[in-house]
Amino acid sequence: MGDSQYSFSLTTFSPSGKLVQIEHALTAVGSGQTSLGIKASNGVVIATEKKLPSILVDETSVQKIQLLTPNIGVVYSGMGPDSRVLVRKSRKQAEQYHRLYKEPIPVTQLVRETAAVMQEFTQSGGVRPFGVSLLVAGFDDKGPQLYQVDPSGSYFSWKASAMGKNVSNAKTFLEKRYTDDMELDDAVHTAILTLKEGFEGQISSKNIEIGIISADKTFRVLTPAEIEDYLQEVE
Amino acid sequence: MSIFEYNGSALVAMVGKNCFAIASDRRLGVHLQTVATDFQRIFKIHDKLFLGLSGLGSDAQTLHQRLVFRHKLYQLREERDMKPETFASLVSAVLYEKRFGPYFCQPVIAGLGDDDKPFICTMDSIGAKELAKDFVVAGTASESLYGACESMFKPDMDHEELFETVSQALISSIDRDCLSGWGGHVYVVTPTEVTERILKGRMD
Repeated sequence: MGDSQYSFSLTTFSPSGKLVQIEHALTAVGSGQTSLGIKASNGVVIATEKKLPSILVDETSVQKIQLLTPNIGVVYSGMGPDSRVLVRKSRKQAEQYHRLYKEPIPVTQLVRETAAVMQEFTQSGGVRPFGVSLLVAGFDDKGPQLYQVDPSGSYFSWKASAMGKNVSNAKTFLEKRYTDDMELDDAVHTAILTLKEGFEGQISSKNIEIGIISADKTFRVLTPAEIEDYLQEVE
Repeated sequence: MSIFEYNGSALVAMVGKNCFAIASDRRLGVHLQTVATDFQRIFKIHDKLFLGLSGLGSDAQTLHQRLVFRHKLYQLREERDMKPETFASLVSAVLYEKRFGPYFCQPVIAGLGDDDKPFICTMDSIGAKELAKDFVVAGTASESLYGACESMFKPDMDHEELFETVSQALISSIDRDCLSGWGGHVYVVTPTEVTERILKGRMD
């Protein structure tokens, strides 16, 4: 057992019953860029700000919203590299499900599998928890769905949610604006307005990303031109 | 003699209007010697999904146990029953896992899917699916079953007519096959009920 000394889980209970490592991971998420999602009556929208460290970075090379399956998209707040690990594992899980049952994986199932991976990383030796929270947007037989998955491995289904910097402001804003009969276009507008609330500097089609999925069950990341159109509509 | 013909079997599934029937013989033999006359080859997966396993009796029982296990885990995980199409893909995957040492069974899957659309399919022992709109057959009596079904099948039968047709097809086919027989076991499944009947044929 030469390696036993180092193979303990880093997340050990503190005397007060907390797992401080997980709380630190949540702090990492809380200081990440704002992301939000809204479930409309006929679809889901997820959006995020895309602040780049320097104006010299080519903004077309950064994609924060990604597809897990044709009908499920995801956005993260927190550490970008960590999110890519989760995206890779989730995509693999979705493919395995498809290979076995020859039908697309239901959103709940994919979220559960992803959450299970995140939980494992709070209890395994030699690893650290993920420094990301995910917003998963999908549309399947059960209709539009929006889930948030946290570093602890817990997940929730939301009508609308936000994470990252300015969460509380964004959530208060969403609570005021959200209605049950909201349609996808209204939801996109609300998403943009919510992002605008806590935005430092001028919002533009180049420094935000929006992904939508409607009843056609295909998730799509909007192009800068499409975002531009929506931005003009809200003004 | 092939291992598929060791115990003898006859299996057939037929589609009617918003219903389906699945039927088998009841013989379990060792070559020409009959060992049991009440052998079960048709299994209920859930209220609207049935599985028939022709071929080697022992493998049929093992395969049934494994598939029930997989289906129960699916039910717990997804909080729903499997669609027939999904179950067929699962059976196919489970069979192909044993590509180079297969279960000596040819399954027949019949079920009612969404909005009670009947679904039937069969596959070979390594899971190559064969979908059909009208009927599927399997087992040592499959050749005679093909003939009987081809001449007796009509589209859109109601459940009573379907029972009559599938029973006649089964009884007449197993009379032409030495390895299957001793009556039949017929399930007719409609969206509201499952009727199970035991048939008597030539009991020799």
